[in-house]
Amino acid sequence: MSEAITTPLHRAAHGRAGDKGDRSNISVIAWHPALWPLLVEQVTEAAVTRQFADRRPSKVQRYLLPKLHAMNFVLDDVLDGGVNDSLNLDSHGKALSYLLLDLRLVVPVELTGYLVGSEEQV
Amino acid sequence: MTLKYRYPTRRCISSASQTMQTTTLHIGCAAGFSGDRTDVAGPVVDALIACGGSAVLIFETLAERTLALAQLARRSDPDGGYEPLLDDMLRPVLARCLAAGIRIVSNFGAANPAGAARRIAALAAEMGLPSPRIAIVEGDDLSRPEQRAVLGSVADGLSVVSANAYLGAEAIADALLAGAAIVVCGRVADPSLAVGPALAHFGWARDDWDRIARATMAGHLLECGSQVSGGYYADPGVKDVPGMAQLGYPIAEIDADGHCTISKPPCTGGRIDTHTVREQVLYEVHDPAAYLTPDVVADISEAEVTEVGADRVRLTGVRGHPRPLTLKVNVCYQTGWLAEGEISYAGVRAEARARLAVDVLRERLQGIGPLRADLIGVTSIFGDDAGRRLEGQPPGNARDVRVRVALKHADRSQAERLLREVTALYCCGPAGGGGVRTALRARLGTVSCFVPRDSVPASFRFIEGSPP
Repeated sequence: MSEAITTPLHRAAHGRAGDKGDRSNISVIAWHPALWPLLVEQVTEAAVTRQFADRRPSKVQRYLLPKLHAMNFVLDDVLDGGVNDSLNLDSHGKALSYLLLDLRLVVPVELTGYLVGSEEQV
Repeated sequence: MTLKYRYPTRRCISSASQTMQTTTLHIGCAAGFSGDRTDVAGPVVDALIACGGSAVLIFETLAERTLALAQLARRSDPDGGYEPLLDDMLRPVLARCLAAGIRIVSNFGAANPAGAARRIAALAAEMGLPSPRIAIVEGDDLSRPEQRAVLGSVADGLSVVSANAYLGAEAIADALLAGAAIVVCGRVADPSLAVGPALAHFGWARDDWDRIARATMAGHLLECGSQVSGGYYADPGVKDVPGMAQLGYPIAEIDADGHCTISKPPCTGGRIDTHTVREQVLYEVHDPAAYLTPDVVADISEAEVTEVGADRVRLTGVRGHPRPLTLKVNVCYQTGWLAEGEISYAGVRAEARARLAVDVLRERLQGIGPLRADLIGVTSIFGDDAGRRLEGQPPGNARDVRVRVALKHADRSQAERLLREVTALYCCGPAGGGGVRTALRARLGTVSCFVPRDSVPASFRFIEGSPP
């Protein structure tokens, strides 16, 4: 790889979190098709498991949707029992998409033109 | 107990009186949950009328626990237990829908579809409208003690408040084919609110899995209302959404093959582009190759979205597989109390004073069970109930911090201790604590199970007094 910068995932992708029971699903959608291969390579099950270490997921599964330039993460047992059981103010885990989007991404300089937002907003 | 499946699956499509429609069906959605805006249906109905052809208006108002709350409401009022905002949702558009032949399909019947239907009939009468033909879909409610056997052992020993199977689209379709102007459901799968009208309109075979899957995904995009048209999307400077105070709710144009184009009424706020649609197409989906509903197993792993105009996106590439043999049942039960309390600290050393307040509360409430403590303004949302995230974070110098503590307990008087201890911080806590708020709520737990499809009798009927 040539020269690269490290930047948060939210500059390369956006996403939305949903819940069913004690399971959270979080989409990660590339802002531009050119960024998709980077996401596939770096936004892995292992990386997301590390990012959610405080939530102790029992399983993290990634599903790829190449035609949508999107991936779907399913994280088991990260909602403290789910919406009726959790003591979290955000018992649905609605905000968890933004925890995932804080993941650090290494982006080659030739692709930085496709990033959104600014480096200050980390 | 095995209940006879008295719902004739094939009756309507084999009827010679039904003709296959090839014209586009427009389905507008004017609510994505109980508590949604009630002034959004007007522009959707105007747009549906302007489209001219066959059109349906849906309201989706049942989240996982909404039905349990509705059952509790019905216990205290036998005529209640349906969507509390029913009048506010329907009054602005009922006359225009009936006059234009726009059918209304909703799960706003909640725990009492018959009660909701009677209220709609009364509302129409109050408004001086001709009496509409109102059908109700029944069979989802499995909460009566004699139905407990259907659930197996999942509800054993629980104080059950509600037990409802997620019904599919067929009873909705049959009600529409029988001439219903309004179909009132309790628990049906959210996308089925759109699949039912599509089945009725196009006359698809009920094992036409590809078409049913496509209509299911149209329903999936509609079911959360504005979440596909700019709601729940905005992030200033990066994901800007114009006119969020006047969001336009979505309309799906469904063709004879089930493919849909999502749009919204003209002159409304919001946005529909491939980004908003992609966020919603994956919302609450697990395996994209197997999105399970009572009607079909939808496969969106090869789905594609295309912008075909301003605020117009087309979804293609959806495939379908045979529907599951079982239906999902959600059981809600009473499970004690949730106690919450908050107090704020501001200015110099606010974070240190807030952390001290938490330490005091932990000591005072020792032995009562796990206490969740958040420092709003420091860390409150990303951490789990065990507090590992806050623990791992070195104390800082936040100057505006709200302490929030919560615990659950089976015994109300024990739970109430938290409320008293937070309140006592006014005098006994760190300096400058203010703005105490406390709340005690009954908790509802949920368990799910899957039951054989034929153990749940789904059917529709017209309410008494409906015109022939």
